[in-house]
Amino acid sequence: MKEDKLFARSKEIRQDNWGRLLCYISVTILLLLVVTIVYFISSKGLQTFTKNHVNVWSFLTTADWNTSLDAHGHADIGALALITTSFSTTMLAAAMATPLAFVIAIYVVALKPKFGQRFVQPVIELLLGIPSVVYGFIGLTVLVPIIRGRFGGTGFGILAGALILALMILPTITSLSIESLRSVDPSYQKFAYTLGCTHWQMIYHVMLRISAKKLMIAVIYGIARAFGEALAVQMVIGNTVQMPTSLVSPTATLTSKLTTDIGNTIDGTLPNNALWTLALILLLISLAFNLIVKGFTRGGEAK
Amino acid sequence: MNRYRTDKFARGLIYTIVGAIIALIAIFIGYLLVQGWSTISWSFLTTASDDGLGIRDQLFNSLYLLILTLLLSFPIALGSAIALTIYGKKSRFAAIAEMAIQALSSLPSIIIGLFGFLLLVLKFKIGFSVLSGAIALTFFNLPILTQSISLAIATVPEARMTAGVSLGVSKWHTITKVILPEAMPGMISGIVLSAGRVFGEAAALIYTAGQSAPKLDYFNWNIFDANSFLNPLRPAETLAVHIWKVNTEGLGANAEAISKGTIVILILTILAFNLLARQLSRRLQRKIYH
Repeated sequence: MKEDKLFARSKEIRQDNWGRLLCYISVTILLLLVVTIVYFISSKGLQTFTKNHVNVWSFLTTADWNTSLDAHGHADIGALALITTSFSTTMLAAAMATPLAFVIAIYVVALKPKFGQRFVQPVIELLLGIPSVVYGFIGLTVLVPIIRGRFGGTGFGILAGALILALMILPTITSLSIESLRSVDPSYQKFAYTLGCTHWQMIYHVMLRISAKKLMIAVIYGIARAFGEALAVQMVIGNTVQMPTSLVSPTATLTSKLTTDIGNTIDGTLPNNALWTLALILLLISLAFNLIVKGFTRGGEAK
Repeated sequence: MNRYRTDKFARGLIYTIVGAIIALIAIFIGYLLVQGWSTISWSFLTTASDDGLGIRDQLFNSLYLLILTLLLSFPIALGSAIALTIYGKKSRFAAIAEMAIQALSSLPSIIIGLFGFLLLVLKFKIGFSVLSGAIALTFFNLPILTQSISLAIATVPEARMTAGVSLGVSKWHTITKVILPEAMPGMISGIVLSAGRVFGEAAALIYTAGQSAPKLDYFNWNIFDANSFLNPLRPAETLAVHIWKVNTEGLGANAEAISKGTIVILILTILAFNLLARQLSRRLQRKIYH
C-alpha cells in the first residue's frame, strides 16, 4: 500500500500531463488545418488537369479564359492574363510604396524618434487596421473617376489597382521597416557619429547597409499581402479577363476572378474547377513568398 | 563641405516626403469621416437594411461573429502558444509547427474563405451561416493570435519556470499561476488587435457567412427560429461585406451613402480597438510591476 503510493504519479505530474496534452492537441489542430487547406485546394484545383484534361502548360501560357468545350470535349482555357495582371499590379504597387515606406521608417527611427513614435507610428498603425473594403471603396469612388478624367478609358485597370494596393501595403512595409531599422545596434550609430559622419552618411552607410536584408523581408511581406488582396482590387480592376494592354485597360487578377465567379459556377464543372486551379496557383505563390522570406532570414542568421 | 550639403538636402527631402504622406493620410481619414458623418443617425443604426439605409442587422452580425470567433480561437491559440513556447521549446516539433503557422498566416484571406466554403458550406452542408463564418474567421485569426500570444509569453523571464520547478510544483501550475498572469498585458493587446482585424475582414466571409442579412427579431430567444438573432445557422452579412456588396451590385444612389456611413462605424470601431489595446496593456503593466 505504502509502496503503491510511493511509485504512483503525484497529483502535480498528473495535472501537468493533462495540461501538456491539451496544449499539444491545440497545436495538432493548427497543423491539421494547414494540411487540410493544402490538400483540399490541391485536390479541387488539379481536377482541371485530371478530369477535364486541360494541358497544364497551355493553362499557364495562354491568355484566353474560354470555358466552353469543343467537339471533342476539350477545353482551351488559359490563365496567363490573370497571372500577368496579378504580378504587374503587385510589383507596381510595391515599387510605389517601398521608397515612401523606407523614408517614413528612416524619419521615425533615425531623425525624429520621439515625435515619430508618439505620432507618426500610431497613424501608420491605424492605417494598417483599416479594412480592405474601405480602400476598395475609395478606389471606386475617388480614384477611378480621377483616372478616367486624366487618362481616359473607364478608369478601371492596373493603375487604379496598383495605387490602392500601394496605399494598403505602405503601412505594412513601413512598420516592418521601422522594426528592422530599430534593431540596428545603437553603438554603430555612435561610432559613425564619432568618426564625423553626418546624419545622412550614418543612415545611408551604416543603418541601411546593416538592415538591408531585413528591409528586403519587409518588402516581400508587403508584396505577398498585395498579391493576395482580393476585394479592394476586385472593386477597381474592371473584371474582364484579357491581357492588359495599358495601365488603364480593364482586366482581372487571380483574386478578383475568384471573388467574382466562384459563386456563379456549378460545383464540379470545368468553369468551377478552373477557378479552383486559380486558387491553387494563388496558394502555391503565397507559399513561395513564404519560402523566400525563410531563405532571407536564414541567410541573415548565418552572418 | 559637400557632404554637409548632401546631409541637409537629404534630411529636407525626408521631412518634406513624410510631411506630405502624413497630410495625405490625414486627408484620407478625414475625408472618410466627414463624408460619412451626415449619414449616421439613430435610425441608421437601428433599422434593418430592407427598410432603407439602416445597418442594424449587419452591425449585430459583425459583433456576434467577432465574439464567436474570439471564443473559438482563443483557447486553441493559447494552448498552441504554450505548447510552442514552453513545453516544446526548441524541439523539432515546435520548429515545424512554427513554420506551418507562419505559412498559414501568410495565406491570403480569400484562400481561407474559399477553403471554408469548400469544407463547411459544400462538404459539411452547414450553408452560408453564422457558424460557417465564425469557423472561417477562426482559421483566419488562429495563426496571428497564436503568434502574438507566443510573443507575449516569450517576454516572461525564463527564471520563473526554473523557480517553479525548484519549488516542486508542476510546469502546468507555474504556467497558469505565474507565467500567464505576467504575460496578460501582451496577450490582451494581441487579442484586441486581432479583434480589429476580424471586425473588418470581408474576403473570408463572402462565401462562408454569406452576403444576405435576413431581418432579425431581437426578442426571439429561440435559437432554432430562422429570424432569431441568436440562430447560428442563418446567413449573416457583416458591415465589411455590406460595403463590398452594395458597391459591386451597383444599387444606385443609396450605395454611396450606405457605404460612407458604414465606413465611419468601421473606422471608429477599429480606432477604439487600437486605443483600447494600448490603454489596457499600459494599465495592466502598471498593475503588475508596481
